[in-house]
Amino acid sequence: MIAEFGHFALILALTCALLQSLLPLYGAHRNDGSYMRVAEPAALMQFAMVGLAFAALTHAFIVSDFSLKVVWANSHSAKPMIYKISGVWGNHEGSMLLWVLILALFGSCVAAFGTNLPRDLRARVLSVQGMVGVAFLLFIILTSNPFERLSPAPFEGRGLNPILQDPALAIHPPLLYMGYVGLSVAFSFAVAALLSGRVDAAWARWVRPWTLAAWMFLTAGIAMGSWWAYYELGWGGWWFWDPVENASFMPWLVATALLHSAIVVARRGALKIWTLLLSIIAFSLSLLGTFLVRSGVLTSVHSFASDPERGVFILLILCLFIGGSLALFAWRAPSLKAGGLFAPISRETSLVLNNLLLSTAAIAVLTGTLYPLVLEAVGGAKISVGPPYFNLTFGIIILPLLVLVPFGPMLSWKRADLYAASQRLLVAAILALIAIAFSWYAMYGGPVLAAFGIGIGVWLIGGAISELAWRAKVQDRDFKLAWLRLKGLPRSAFGTTLAHAGLGIAVLGIVGVTAWRAEVVAVMKPGDVQQVAGLSVKLMGEAPRTGPNYRDMVGTFEISETGGPVTNVVEATKRVYFPSRQPTSEVAILTYMSGDLYVVMGDEAKGGRTVRVYFNPLIPFIWLGTFIMFLGGLISLTDRRYRVGAPKRAAAKPVKA
Amino acid sequence: MAMTRKQRRTTMIVSALVVLGAAVGLVLYALEDTIVFFYTPSEVVEKNIQAGQRFRLGGLVAAGSVNRGEGTVVSFTVTDTDKKLAVKFDGILPDLFREGQGVVAEGKMTPSGTFEADTVLAKHDENYMPREVADALKKKGVWKDGKKSE
Repeated sequence: MIAEFGHFALILALTCALLQSLLPLYGAHRNDGSYMRVAEPAALMQFAMVGLAFAALTHAFIVSDFSLKVVWANSHSAKPMIYKISGVWGNHEGSMLLWVLILALFGSCVAAFGTNLPRDLRARVLSVQGMVGVAFLLFIILTSNPFERLSPAPFEGRGLNPILQDPALAIHPPLLYMGYVGLSVAFSFAVAALLSGRVDAAWARWVRPWTLAAWMFLTAGIAMGSWWAYYELGWGGWWFWDPVENASFMPWLVATALLHSAIVVARRGALKIWTLLLSIIAFSLSLLGTFLVRSGVLTSVHSFASDPERGVFILLILCLFIGGSLALFAWRAPSLKAGGLFAPISRETSLVLNNLLLSTAAIAVLTGTLYPLVLEAVGGAKISVGPPYFNLTFGIIILPLLVLVPFGPMLSWKRADLYAASQRLLVAAILALIAIAFSWYAMYGGPVLAAFGIGIGVWLIGGAISELAWRAKVQDRDFKLAWLRLKGLPRSAFGTTLAHAGLGIAVLGIVGVTAWRAEVVAVMKPGDVQQVAGLSVKLMGEAPRTGPNYRDMVGTFEISETGGPVTNVVEATKRVYFPSRQPTSEVAILTYMSGDLYVVMGDEAKGGRTVRVYFNPLIPFIWLGTFIMFLGGLISLTDRRYRVGAPKRAAAKPVKA
Repeated sequence: MAMTRKQRRTTMIVSALVVLGAAVGLVLYALEDTIVFFYTPSEVVEKNIQAGQRFRLGGLVAAGSVNRGEGTVVSFTVTDTDKKLAVKFDGILPDLFREGQGVVAEGKMTPSGTFEADTVLAKHDENYMPREVADALKKKGVWKDGKKSE
């Protein structure tokens, strides 16, 4: 009964979305307030209805109602409660429902907090949000109904794929979707601007917080997914250039570009048309990602062709929105007035370069992701485009960007002095050189490029801090005054610094683990010792253990610095889940200042057990860095100038933080 | 030094095109150089793959063929139910590696006719079947499972 109620709520949500997409648009066209006023209640109602449907599905998972097909296929009564709940989005139907829920959430946030937007802009933005909602609600109701019943109801469910039974993966999809779908707001703003023909600094100020919020969640979501892959898959790797990963990374690259170009529009009125295009592309890549992951085209091009219902539906949505918005762009963009002139050396130019390199990197990733699919779809050879391709192309394209990042904030708008900017970066440059020399010396005989990579990381961190110091005028040596100046800086300045420094920290981690990872694979008996990176790993013994829905073979290891006393005892586990009998590895990870010790239990082998021991230098910095980037975004978001719903600057008074 | 608006825009567009052109060149070069072809055992025979050429081999792990040697060396046979190919691998097999299940191995043919793998993949998808293997087996009519999230 509750399930039918949920199904009914979905259909009501579709009705709300239809009203939301049609009436306000008509009202904005006719400049008729009574039609435009439909937008907000419709958006809030749509969210409420999708929320009810989602609650109904969650209820079915919690009480293990196996008469629902998705619950039967993806849940099990013996599963811990948290995974019953995360099972709601651990499957196709539920994850699409989550997608629409978050879409409706963003729509209702615009309706609730966008009260200072011009009437017609708000009506148009909400109308476009409504259109996306209509498309995906139709998709769910027609092809992926989560409330489909089974008769007779099975007694027990089939269980959730064990590698998905993990806390990080329980919150990874919601975070990622907050990012993916959050970009729909920038998209709606762009389409609304094209419809009304008005793009100005105010428009960019309204778009920025939404893009920033989406970017933050995307950053956190990607980092969380990578962390999960690192400790759950047992391969010691953190990024595989898998199409599913690329599907979330491409929108991130473009969203990062968009964040930066929106600054230029807000501050200088330049790059308007380009920013509109980026807004459209960012969400288009989100849609493409949804298509890649949800249509089954990655699982098999052929099964996609033989069971095309869902795939073709999303493909249609994709073509409709991307094609429609690009056509609108081609039609209306030329009539927009270009603004703000700037010299070849200026903050504007540095941001253009940033955009150019980020979009080029996105194109390289896109090509590598789609090429095998396209080749296979046209009947060509089966190929795989793997890490060598991505490391080469993405690496070479992104390298100059990393070197240039610290210059950007040091350059002034309109016309800048490159020599002065370089002087301000002198300390950072010296630190970077010291870091290069040090890592070269410390890792003598290792890859030379890695030392330069470490240098770039330090350069980014030093550059970010130098910017803050320069803005506080630390060079005047009046530190009391500098401190006051520092406290007076807008929060977005700290946001920039944190984001850029976080990037530098992440670069340190990436370089460290890529260049200096140490690995030992060996067959061990109890009492055997393996050495890696100055650490001794001793297998003490193996013992079986039983959990709620799995059985473990636990290996206990004593860890010591070679020659020293035992400092830690860790457990690595070979686990078999029932009822599926699927094996997984629960890895032992011991984090040191210099990196992670990573121990994996393998299979039984002749004369013992295969054990794999890695030392992953600096790898925790990857997640530390991305977390700091996320924090930077968060702090920027609380900046009064960009606050959602902030009135024009003149009216802004200091308010409580 | 002072450029007109038009000159500035031209400079900007030209430099953007130069960067894009270089990137396209890079992408094409990388695609030429780094992609790895995927073959089934039958295709390895048909196409007469030379020793030393890197490729991905996909198929089913033949039942009863897994043989653990000294240390971490493992040998097994990959079959597409038509032809077979012996594979040697030194390392830890993925969790999902099982006899009778799909597998993708990357490596080279040795002159003696065995396939020496340096990577054995078990991609995690909903069917626990690497997509290339599923397609190849479907072509042979061995494995059927169209439905995704059933």
